[in-house]
Amino acid sequence: MAAKSHANPSQATIAVRQPGQDNASRLILVGLGLAAAVAAPFVLYPVFVMKVLCFALFACAFNLLIGFAGLLSFGHAAFFGGAAYITAHAAKVWGLSPEISILLGTAFAGLLGLAVGALAIRRQGIYFAMITLALSQMVFFMALQLKFTGGEDGIQGVPRGHLFGAIDLNDPLAMYYFVLAVFLIGFALIWRTVHSPFGQVLKAIRENEPRAISLGYRTERYKLLAFVLSASLAGLAGGTKSLVFQLASLTDVTWQMSGEVVLMTLLGGMGTLFGPVVGAGIVVTLESYLAGTNLPVPVVIGAIFVVCVLVFRRGIVGELQALMARRRKA
Amino acid sequence: MSQDVILEARGLSKEFKGFIAVKEVNLQVRRGTIHALIGPNGAGKSTVFNLLTKFLTPTRGQILYKGRDITAMRPADVALLGLVRSFQISAVFPHLSVLENVRVALQRPLGTSFHFWKSESSLANLRDRAMELIEAVNLTPWAHHTAAELPYGRKRALEIATTLALDPEVMLLDEPLAGMGHEDIERTAALIKRVSADRTILMVEHNLSVVAHLSDTITVLRRGEILAEGPYDVVSRNPQVMEAYMGTGEVGHA
Repeated sequence: MAAKSHANPSQATIAVRQPGQDNASRLILVGLGLAAAVAAPFVLYPVFVMKVLCFALFACAFNLLIGFAGLLSFGHAAFFGGAAYITAHAAKVWGLSPEISILLGTAFAGLLGLAVGALAIRRQGIYFAMITLALSQMVFFMALQLKFTGGEDGIQGVPRGHLFGAIDLNDPLAMYYFVLAVFLIGFALIWRTVHSPFGQVLKAIRENEPRAISLGYRTERYKLLAFVLSASLAGLAGGTKSLVFQLASLTDVTWQMSGEVVLMTLLGGMGTLFGPVVGAGIVVTLESYLAGTNLPVPVVIGAIFVVCVLVFRRGIVGELQALMARRRKA
Repeated sequence: MSQDVILEARGLSKEFKGFIAVKEVNLQVRRGTIHALIGPNGAGKSTVFNLLTKFLTPTRGQILYKGRDITAMRPADVALLGLVRSFQISAVFPHLSVLENVRVALQRPLGTSFHFWKSESSLANLRDRAMELIEAVNLTPWAHHTAAELPYGRKRALEIATTLALDPEVMLLDEPLAGMGHEDIERTAALIKRVSADRTILMVEHNLSVVAHLSDTITVLRRGEILAEGPYDVVSRNPQVMEAYMGTGEVGHA
């Protein structure tokens, strides 16, 4: 029955995607985005844009896991905030250079991701999310209790230092372009991962895990690698943020932070490459705007979340892509 | 006799919290044949199937593949030995294109499946083989569509193409004809017959008539136990099968 009602092949071939056109318009968009990012510090507050970039990278890292491997982690703040502490400590106490400090933070997040991931990927769905939440809460309480993290005060006055011993990052513009470079490297790595042989297997697992197993893939290993990559990149974002604000604090390891990255990703468009960037931009802008008003921030953000889930489930970028796909077919 | 048995179950049992789903099943699948496993709902067909492909762990019993005990192996590793299954609900990767669906099955032997730093274009040389497989199941016009866009019968064809990509010695098909219209059944049955040329097929089916002309051997299960076994002519005339399985005297027209 179903077969008959469906379009026949000759009709259907008309609707085939045209990759050339797609790529051209995408390149233009990427070019415009880059130009905007380069010009941004002359128009907006550099610290604000740097904050957006850090959260955008964080959301992209989270999206790699949920959007391309189908794993919902509710504990990504542990990697983001954990790396922030390590980077801040390395820069302030050990006096290491900013790039080494950030790399240490990233490596720490990766190792933590390996431990958390190895435990969590044994379970699926909500249980997976709960295990990541529980383990990230452990990280939160450790951050609260340990000596080097400074408890409620966090690590303050983190020196930005000299990049490669030469470029003074206390210059806001130098710091900005450094953060932009970190973001672009992280984003490029995610883009490459999504469009790699590994990314193909990951998508197959997201789409139908038992089938991927039946094709000979030990899916738990692929999920673990995805988890470690995502955790490391979240750490890269967190470590960089601690140098931007010269501060590592408890805020970055709270479960609310884990929730916020979920919101950014869903709002922008889960499983799209640019969605998390858009989502992070909107959430960070809203938060800094609302901070100057009397409106309660969590209520507004919560309301947006509800509207997003009810009205545009694919997120902003996801809905736009769907709209464009429909237009092309029509 | 025993050397041309490729897949064998010995005393296979599976209990779920006191409920015995499969009881002491002894099954021998001979190399190069199409073997059908049939039975009414709840007969334990799918359980046997999941046991053989290691998606379930048996409570008791042994599974031998080419004389090798695979009872304790992981499902992904069984697939690498050449024992590949399909699923009851059509198992495609819906948001990947038809080409990508087949290619993902082809790419594992390249050994780059963990290489997240490599370009996807490194998979380009799998394209020809993938297109051949797609052609073999008549899906060429759909190659660049997402699997979700395919009508149901075509999804089953894609699934078979994906399974064939692994060039399995034994294909296990879980109700490959279920839920299909008449045309699709004929086309898919012909396809199964065609791909069985140089391999062994074990298929689970609900309906005896569907597998009548397709299979060399039919095993009838009832309440987790083997009721009868043999070629269609023998099985369909077995009074126990007629009575217990069909409930009427007429087999094959249910």
